[in-house]
Amino acid sequence: MAISGKEREDFEKQLEPYVGLDIGIEDRGRDPVNAAMVRHWCEAMGDHCGAYTDADQAGNSVHGELVAPPTMLQAWILGGVGMATGESDPRDKQKELHRLFDAHGFTGVVATNTEQEYTRYLKMGDEIRATTVIESISEQKATGLGIGYFINTRTRFYDQNDDEVGWLTFRVLKFENEAPAAATEAEAPAAAGRPQRLKPALAHDNQWWWDCVEQGELAIQKCSDCQALRHPPRPMCGECQSSDWEFVFSTGQGTIHSYVVIRYPEVPGYTYPLVVAVVDLEEGTRFVGNVLDVEPDDVEIGMAVQASIELVDDEMKLPVFRRA
Amino acid sequence: MSEAVLRYDQVSVGDALPELPIELTSSLIVAGAVASQDYTPVHHDKEAAQAAGMQDIFMNILTTNGLVSRFVTDWAGVDARITNVSIKLGTPNLPGDTMTLTGSVAEKDDAASAVTVDVTGKNAWGNHVTGTVKVALAAGD
Repeated sequence: MAISGKEREDFEKQLEPYVGLDIGIEDRGRDPVNAAMVRHWCEAMGDHCGAYTDADQAGNSVHGELVAPPTMLQAWILGGVGMATGESDPRDKQKELHRLFDAHGFTGVVATNTEQEYTRYLKMGDEIRATTVIESISEQKATGLGIGYFINTRTRFYDQNDDEVGWLTFRVLKFENEAPAAATEAEAPAAAGRPQRLKPALAHDNQWWWDCVEQGELAIQKCSDCQALRHPPRPMCGECQSSDWEFVFSTGQGTIHSYVVIRYPEVPGYTYPLVVAVVDLEEGTRFVGNVLDVEPDDVEIGMAVQASIELVDDEMKLPVFRRA
Repeated sequence: MSEAVLRYDQVSVGDALPELPIELTSSLIVAGAVASQDYTPVHHDKEAAQAAGMQDIFMNILTTNGLVSRFVTDWAGVDARITNVSIKLGTPNLPGDTMTLTGSVAEKDDAASAVTVDVTGKNAWGNHVTGTVKVALAAGD
């Protein structure tokens, strides 16, 4: 549980002096802006813009000479291999502030927003340094990750003439981390691999239907007494109350009875916009499924569709429809 | 390679940028982190990433920014001058996934010959990045 009452009051009082504070250390680029680091960056990003790596193109462009990619701004002052050791300058007030949060249970950290503005593009030979100010600390917030505080910092970058060349802001959430190990500079955790669909709850009354799907068949339950078709599977006929049933295989042919197009919110594992249709199967019952490979504007009530059984994630098969 | 140059007068609000799918490999994530001098262990060391609650290394923010910038200049050409990149970060970029960058022109600023482009980078889990890029283009004739 997050701290509250007097303890929270005391904690928030300790935060106050940090607002507006320069973090106390200047980051100085260890190398001037240079073609080798720019080339390495462009190769990593797959960026073929001639302004960065082709002297002729750059010379003929608005830039007039080779320039560094603007989003590389922070790269000129980052610590390199030394960052992996985790050692930090003890005078760094930003780190001190993070430790204060850690000590009060707000051990999680996630960057949520960043903005960069460039006064000019950097040229080969520019020497860059940067200073950082803690601009604001939010009040306590309840977020999706947990209770925490947003910290906004602004880093200003200067060249060898002490002219500002750009700035960078970061909005970072320090939150009460439910996970046992706290990340030092990590974004939010995510589940492994690709997103999978929610699995159906299988039981006596519906297991057989999913077994048919597994075999590549769209089955329809049929009352053994009155012959009425029904879906989804259930133990008793709604027409004659008989609990005797059999099933038939559908041809998968049908027409769209009605449909919706889902655009928001997006659930991982689906492609949006997502067309979900109620299909009149030619056998005479209805089935709900996704209609694939069609523009939402092209879907119409009455449109002929054909089902096929397909893998919709790594392991789950489902009947899906396409225009017939 | 000669690059096409997009002029300000050739661009209209609503124009879509060519979609850019980025295959998220461990190599890309490590190369981006190293090229940006960001050796925070979670971006190159799987064990460190797992200790931080992730199942694998994940892309650092500078690489995201670098890819967003590339996405815009691939479209705008060598005379483009990016003046501002403002992004919101969402689901992490992990190896084995694909991030697809899409974008469109949201605003035009005649005085500055600049446009604001809305950018979204989506992976299998949702939006990795959403934001805007302001870019000045070569003025028309």
